[in-house]
Amino acid sequence: MSEVLEQQFKSQEYFINMGPQHPSTHGVLRLMLTLDGEIIKKVEPHLGYIHRSIEKMCEKDSYQQIVHLTDRMDYLSCHINNEAVCMVVEKGLEIEIPDRVKYIRTIIDELTRLSSHQLWWGVMGMDLGAITTFLYGFRDREIITDIFEEMCGARLTMNYNIPGGLMFDIPPTFQKRVKDFIVHFKKKLPEYDELLSENIIFKNRTKGIGYLSKEDAIAYGVTGPSARASGFACDVRKQKPYAAYDKVNFNEALDTAGDCFARYKMRIQEMWESLSIIEQLIENIPEGDIQVKTKAVIKLPVGEFYERVETARGELGIYCVSDGKKNPYRFKFRSPGFSNLSALDKMSRGSKIADLVAIMSTLDLVIPDIDR
Amino acid sequence: MKREELQQYLSDKFGTLVFPEIAAEILNSEVKKEELITFCNFLKADEHLHFDFLASLTALDWPEDMEVIYHLRSSEYGHELVLRVKTGERQDPKVDTVCRIWPTAEFHEREVFDLFGIRFNDHPDLRRIFLEDDWVGFPMRKDYEDEINMVEL
Repeated sequence: MSEVLEQQFKSQEYFINMGPQHPSTHGVLRLMLTLDGEIIKKVEPHLGYIHRSIEKMCEKDSYQQIVHLTDRMDYLSCHINNEAVCMVVEKGLEIEIPDRVKYIRTIIDELTRLSSHQLWWGVMGMDLGAITTFLYGFRDREIITDIFEEMCGARLTMNYNIPGGLMFDIPPTFQKRVKDFIVHFKKKLPEYDELLSENIIFKNRTKGIGYLSKEDAIAYGVTGPSARASGFACDVRKQKPYAAYDKVNFNEALDTAGDCFARYKMRIQEMWESLSIIEQLIENIPEGDIQVKTKAVIKLPVGEFYERVETARGELGIYCVSDGKKNPYRFKFRSPGFSNLSALDKMSRGSKIADLVAIMSTLDLVIPDIDR
Repeated sequence: MKREELQQYLSDKFGTLVFPEIAAEILNSEVKKEELITFCNFLKADEHLHFDFLASLTALDWPEDMEVIYHLRSSEYGHELVLRVKTGERQDPKVDTVCRIWPTAEFHEREVFDLFGIRFNDHPDLRRIFLEDDWVGFPMRKDYEDEINMVEL
């Protein structure tokens, strides 16, 4: 009898396309899903819709030009990407950048991280069906982009860093505006918790979903908040402090649950940490120069450089091979999104197709960062 | 382990390993193509090394050779190592896959295959990852020329 039943209700695996035009892929990512009913058997990402071969372009560009290409990768962490390239050049030329630059860079890094996480929070709520969060997130993000606009004229792709320092000095109102923002956002961040973190529908859709163990996180090269939610301490700011991160006290947000809710909590905690870092630095920006003069044509010495920074999504590594000419022989970006995406299949196998949206949201994918 | 200690430890354990003279902060080591899998297994399994995190996998196109570069790190001890493998040719370079040791390599190797044309033996799913399936040539090679899309500066 049971054999007959099994035969009659035998399910068949089928194939479905998600994207490239799908709201929850946050860009043009195509996922090829193999399903058994509602259960995901396999996820196969199909990449390359925004592949511009930035690495090939870098081989033809001068180092100053490369800086401008990098904020087209992970546009939400543009300032941090720029900084990574500047760090490579500064390492190669053995430039010690002034303290003022270090402080300002760190503050803007953290503001960038905050604005990225605010956007992520808004969009994540929207992916799971809550439109309000999108409006809340963008309302607070607007204040940061306004600060950026006053500072350098651009709101998203800033290009504020140049090899050796900063393009301009900060405007006189900068400190006051940032402090006002901190006061404002400290009142608003608990609202974020009220809206989503304590929301029963949200909890049901994220708790226990998309589990990633610590071993898998390491094996799949996952970094950033997504890896820290699984207990893998990988914060570059702690491991290899750059800029002024060695002068501030902050905690690396860590959890061991490894599910979507843990990844969500990591980013909320990171926002608190970012606020605390900015608070520690904003009052004591030292006086001094804002750049070290470099030659118009920068030539790095023969050798290899690997610099890494912590973007809002994880570790961005730059591997630069120089043969002593004015453009690099090879310029490789180890982008966090690419490695994080490689774990998507592992995380989503066995869960329902609707949960895939939550899993992708908490991975915080930015497609140009993956495709480069 | 510090850089010098690491170099000492590795050369004690693995005699055929070469340490090329490259001006870099991280220790560079070069392994023979045939010994790659044995050496990678050793790097991951050894209790004092425990290189379990593959940060980046990429390739370099030299005039007469192609080289695959692995950036390894230990999540436990924090030490880093750059592993280099020479494929020995540019026509049809081949290296063994490491994606059973570090699963993230499956994606990275597909990227290297797509852009450099290095084949990874025994890779479960070696296809182009960014470019279309019918793309001709490997764009990251230094001698690649594309009359239509190339921007000369």
